[in-house]
Amino acid sequence: MTTTAPGTGRSPTLEQPAGRRPRRPLTLRRRESRAGLALVAPTLLVVLAVIGIPIVWTVVLAFQRVRLATLRRTGLFGEFTLDNIERVLHTPGFADTLVTTLIYSVGSTAGSIALGLVAALVVRRPFRGRTLVRASMLLPYVAPVVAMTFVWQVMLDPQLGIVNHWGQRLLGWDTAVPFLSQESTALATVIAFEAWRYFPFAFLFLLARLQAVPGELEEASRVDGATPTQRFRHILLPQLMPVIALLGVLRFIMTFNKFDDVYLLTGGAAGTEVVSIRVYEFLTARTDIGAASAQAVVLAVVLVVFVLIYLRFFARRVD
Amino acid sequence: MDRDRVETVGLRWLRRLVIAAFLLVTVFPFYYMLVLSVRPIERLLLDPGALVVGLGELTVSTYAEVLKATEDGGQGFLAFIRNSGLVALAATLLTLVVAIPGAYAVSRLRFFGRRQVDFLFLAVYLFPSIVIAIPLFVVFTRAGLRGSLVGLVLVYISQTLPVSVYMLKNYFETIPVSLEESAAIDGAGRLGIIRRISLPLAAPSIMAVALYDFMIAWNEFLFALLFLVDKPHRWTVSLGLAQLADGVEVPKTVLMAGSVVLTLPIVLLFFATERLLTEGLTTGAEKA
Repeated sequence: MTTTAPGTGRSPTLEQPAGRRPRRPLTLRRRESRAGLALVAPTLLVVLAVIGIPIVWTVVLAFQRVRLATLRRTGLFGEFTLDNIERVLHTPGFADTLVTTLIYSVGSTAGSIALGLVAALVVRRPFRGRTLVRASMLLPYVAPVVAMTFVWQVMLDPQLGIVNHWGQRLLGWDTAVPFLSQESTALATVIAFEAWRYFPFAFLFLLARLQAVPGELEEASRVDGATPTQRFRHILLPQLMPVIALLGVLRFIMTFNKFDDVYLLTGGAAGTEVVSIRVYEFLTARTDIGAASAQAVVLAVVLVVFVLIYLRFFARRVD
Repeated sequence: MDRDRVETVGLRWLRRLVIAAFLLVTVFPFYYMLVLSVRPIERLLLDPGALVVGLGELTVSTYAEVLKATEDGGQGFLAFIRNSGLVALAATLLTLVVAIPGAYAVSRLRFFGRRQVDFLFLAVYLFPSIVIAIPLFVVFTRAGLRGSLVGLVLVYISQTLPVSVYMLKNYFETIPVSLEESAAIDGAGRLGIIRRISLPLAAPSIMAVALYDFMIAWNEFLFALLFLVDKPHRWTVSLGLAQLADGVEVPKTVLMAGSVVLTLPIVLLFFATERLLTEGLTTGAEKA
């Protein structure tokens, strides 16, 4: 750590020989500013080195002809080319992947927020065992993604999965449903998984906000004769809207960039190939770093566009 | 009965029902995982619907297979646990060392660019980890860090740092400035103030952040996959489990035993510290 942070001890200017006009000591404000920069420097350095520079570099790589084999010979400023972008845009399935990513992101975001809202509303008031219930509800989010995807895979397995077993016995399904490997159900199942795994995130934040809603507001409306659903619609929901809007952006961004969950559940098969999986394929299976970067850049650009549209839309509605 | 009465009574029952449903949906997969991990695979194939394990069929051979070293015919998960633990601990400690001064500075000190720091951290989230994965892959390959746990620790620090700084900052802001000022009047320097006043007061929040960092690092999969896949002795538990599933004909029960091994430490840690963690995570969130 930077134990020699300026501003902690006497600043060196004080000990300067008073030969020429003596420099004035640093003001408190300037010392504070220096200390602040010194303390925040390690954080900035790490974020810049491991995230900032790689992002910029990805953009550079996207316009270069780079493969894993030629990597050692490629400089940072080699020849620039639009080939990668063109190749990415023209590879079959590009549009499909984008649409899939979009459906997946919107579905998962909406699902997780809706579930989180219901969960927050039901555990809002104290009851016996509330702490335990609340903790249990956070489990899907806390547990490792690899283990969770495998449990779902086994539960949904056509031969020995419990869902198909009871589905056929109790719900009268004719045959076992291969949830994760047939086109008609795979994407929906993946979205269900995402909603299940990430609703605790929305739940936590909505619950915190719900508990901060002043009791008098609800009391007053109750006195005025508002029923529980009316109180929710006209008192609670408006209070929650800003949090919901924020969660919407956050979850959308996070899901849009998600790789692990889909990769582990389906490997991108059966109509669940999202963009990040394509990037991974370019990177590992084809070892085409240029195309992988181009694909990643396209992903980031699309995301930025969507977020801007969303913010504009919501900024108008909330105001 | 008027509408208010109908709704109140109806919602009371609905609420109980919904709570039960949520409990079932969230807890059942964990229970199922545990049950499958202690059943012999033949029994599972015969009766996939069973939800309790008979005492007679209870087995721990699945765990033996998962944990035993590869030389002894097992899957070597003990070594993976050691790797994961090392990586997660190192990442957690280093993140805190970097994040605490950073968060303090952002919450307390006025310096050039202070307002932009928040924005920077948000911007970081706009970019998928797969985007930064490519250059890191390239750099680490060149620097010989690919395939080493050190490289992985570095990546995990960068991944958890923004959220850690954010959470700590929110907490530091709740500590009254007057406490620090009186310490300053008593002659304490900036670092003295941080060490003697802010750190002890922020201890619960720091614990929460540490737990969060540890969980993220322990659970992480993508970077482990990218960097370590051709170095089996360096695999983390997550990666080891994923590779196990790809392998030839591993019984589902063994896979579930591996999942339990991966999940159990995190779930135990979580239940031991749940209150601390949820409060730490959402401090300041109600203001949003």
